[in-house]
Amino acid sequence: MATCLASTGGAHAQTEILNVSYDPTRELYREINAAFAEEWKAKTGETVTVRAAHGGSGAQARTVIDGIPADVVTLGIPSDIDAIAKLSKKIPGDWRTKLPNEGLPYTSTVVFLVRKGNPKAVKDWDDLAKPDVKVITPNPKTSAGGRWNFLAAWGYAYERDGKDKEKANAFVGQLYKNVPVLDTGARGSTVTFAQRGLGDVLPTWENEAFLVLEEFGKDKFDIVVPPTSIYAEPPVALVDANVDKKGTRKQAEAYLQFLYSDRAQAIFAKHHYRPIKREAAKPEDLAQLPEIKLFKIEDLQGSWDDIQKANFDNGGLFDQLSRAGR
Amino acid sequence: MVEPVNPRLRFRQRSVIPGFGLTLGYTLTCLGLVVLLPLATLVVKASGLGFSGIWDVATDPRVASALRVSFGVSLLAALTASVFGGIVAWVLTRYDFPGRKLADAVVDLPFALPTAVAGIALASLYAPNGLVGAQLAKIGIEAAYTPAGIFIAMVFIGLPFAVRTVQPLIAEIDKEVEEASAILGASRITTLLRVVLPPLIPAVLTGFALAFARGVGEYGSIIFIAGNLPYVSEIAPLLIVIKLSEFDYAGASAIAVIMLGISFVTLLAINLIQAWSRRRFGYV
Amino acid sequence: MSEALTQGSGAGVRDETQRSPASVVTERRVVRWLLIAVALTFLALFLVLPLLTVFAQALAKGWGAYLAAFSEPDARAAIRLTLLVAAIAVPFNLVFGVAASWAIAKFEFRGKNLLVTLIDLPFSVSPVVSGLIYVLVFGSRGLFGPFLVEHDIQIIFAVPGIVLATIFVTFPFVARQLIPLMQEQGTAEEEAALTLGASGWHAFWTVTLPNIRWGLLYSVLLCNARAMGEFGAVSVVSGHIRGLTNTLPLHVEILYNEYNFVAAFAVASLLAGLALVTLAVKSVLEWRYADDIAAGARRH
Repeated sequence: MATCLASTGGAHAQTEILNVSYDPTRELYREINAAFAEEWKAKTGETVTVRAAHGGSGAQARTVIDGIPADVVTLGIPSDIDAIAKLSKKIPGDWRTKLPNEGLPYTSTVVFLVRKGNPKAVKDWDDLAKPDVKVITPNPKTSAGGRWNFLAAWGYAYERDGKDKEKANAFVGQLYKNVPVLDTGARGSTVTFAQRGLGDVLPTWENEAFLVLEEFGKDKFDIVVPPTSIYAEPPVALVDANVDKKGTRKQAEAYLQFLYSDRAQAIFAKHHYRPIKREAAKPEDLAQLPEIKLFKIEDLQGSWDDIQKANFDNGGLFDQLSRAGR
Repeated sequence: MVEPVNPRLRFRQRSVIPGFGLTLGYTLTCLGLVVLLPLATLVVKASGLGFSGIWDVATDPRVASALRVSFGVSLLAALTASVFGGIVAWVLTRYDFPGRKLADAVVDLPFALPTAVAGIALASLYAPNGLVGAQLAKIGIEAAYTPAGIFIAMVFIGLPFAVRTVQPLIAEIDKEVEEASAILGASRITTLLRVVLPPLIPAVLTGFALAFARGVGEYGSIIFIAGNLPYVSEIAPLLIVIKLSEFDYAGASAIAVIMLGISFVTLLAINLIQAWSRRRFGYV
Repeated sequence: MSEALTQGSGAGVRDETQRSPASVVTERRVVRWLLIAVALTFLALFLVLPLLTVFAQALAKGWGAYLAAFSEPDARAAIRLTLLVAAIAVPFNLVFGVAASWAIAKFEFRGKNLLVTLIDLPFSVSPVVSGLIYVLVFGSRGLFGPFLVEHDIQIIFAVPGIVLATIFVTFPFVARQLIPLMQEQGTAEEEAALTLGASGWHAFWTVTLPNIRWGLLYSVLLCNARAMGEFGAVSVVSGHIRGLTNTLPLHVEILYNEYNFVAAFAVASLLAGLALVTLAVKSVLEWRYADDIAAGARRH
């Protein structure tokens, strides 16, 4: 019965490629995909439709492992693409060497969104661990944004307290005691904070914070930029096994290359991501991105394998903290 | 009208009715492919962990806590649904008032309304800035994004079960017995407790068990309103989804098997209640 | 809508309300009104208010914004997909339900109780588990994964997987309704028809089907409501590809997560409208054909 219901791949008259992406990039890729389709049509005469799927970064990686016919993945954190490579072999293990800048067409960071006028006077990561501050952040187990928030807080405390891991762990534990709601994705947390009115501060993707100001109005929220934050790396990769089977390698590779083009770089900046080619972006877009001292978590904790294992795998730091903190 | 005949008596021998092989074969094929094969795959997957492995998953503090939340809140919600569902069933059956039929029809809403729709509606209603949530906040009750939110969603889901299993029995109560009780001098409350209530108990228990089973497994309406905080308001089905996102298929399967076992036990309990009721009261 | 619900024809099926005011078989007036107030408040808080919220939020920014939600190509794709899934899953379960209840109600065989319990099982399985099992069977790393990958067949994250998950969660709906109904009707009429020379099919079409038609319609109605509204199971197997594998309930979630609350509630109101229609038709069926819908329906 299953087979008679099954649709086989490649049944579409026009070429379709599927970009499996993480939560906050919905608005971004809507514009990028349309731009790419236009450019590809002009260049080759072929009509290509880029489909997008969005969700928590980990959940999205899981669908690729389980066989969603993704041509490219654009996820929130390198360890999720590592997991696809490791568990499904659909992506080669050395994927970070295949594209410029380690597969990062743009980067981002974590800033704070607070209620208008910043009633709790949140200025820096310290303030998030204060007893009377409620912090809204997604579950780091399932959300890339959640993991960047976690790592950013850890890195901040690590640098502050003379590179003491124990103290950094304790600080993060203190901070997560202030978290009343853990949504599964960054978007869920934003809705909880902005629409439902819960919590005092939402540490979130820089692009997401700007988007909230645009969607909900600048009169309701303020962005607070901490003096230091994390260098967040949302990478992209080709899903080799799928494009070869679907015969879409040419289009999918071109799509990834397009992400590094001036046109795409300008779109990234417009949506408040940090383009790697700053010269391609409009100056007024760049001016919106504040100067922050950014640290790289790999410099503090080592390889992504180690980072994932130590913090987020079963029995990792997050599990230990939530067990202790309940 | 055909007199209902107990088939057990009639069909000791071969029946003249055709189609047994065809329909039973088709039934078993569908059942096997759609239900049994996938469920068996789940059990096999989980048994890869071994009994001790499943036990380890079940006793992992976070899983144990999620199971506790799912079960505890579901029990409480089923209890609430049964008590208020009983009142609703009584009122709808025994009293006449304007809008009774409308109220009766509305009871089935949770059967027909998609759970995701219920989820976002309940969340926006019971959130601190929602219509009801704001009032609750004034008296210091946080409803949405706490276990209370899970409770609200589960009551919503379970209510029709509680009402609909009891309602037909209330309609069937023989008024003469109540009259006799009253004439013999029993107060109304005594009559209700001693004469009316006992025969309803099996139905109330069945409704309770159904509401409980639905509540334990419910996902769509809860995730929008629960808060999903580990050790506090994280439900077992969500933990399955989270385990999947962590690529922990064995762990997800183990929780799923535990929940499946509970479903079995609940179904069994319902069957036992009904068998007991058949013996005790002569009806289901 | 509310008129249709209140005006239904005939007396209520359980109209037990005609009795002398001073009857000994009812509570005091104060108690009566108190209980009615409790019941109605409860129903209002838990059922009616959420329903009204859906429509209120959907129309929060006027009709223009409301209607705009349905002109989105993704919304239309979701509507089409939802209709397609229901159009496959509901007939499947209809045929299954009729076949199963025929086998179970008209014949006596060993293991019947077990069979009925197994058919019931999907009712009490968590929707998330219902999705998970199909991932374990049809996922790349699942039971048939290697075979499917080799033959380039996509089950999960495509229409077939969504249909299968939907069939699973609605599996017992028709069978559950028809089994007691057919059991109550017994076999005498069919036997008479057969004795008079009718074929088995003929007897089914002309004798059995007319007897169960209202019960069948009733169960198909509920089956359809669940099929179109399923969230948890479909969410696990869908993959959430915009315009391709998003059903209406998933589209509601997506819009909700895109801060597009008006559109989310607008699409939700479509589903809520479907629920209301379902309830209305269901109530009418219950008022008119109570005895033909459920045997023993009221269980006696």
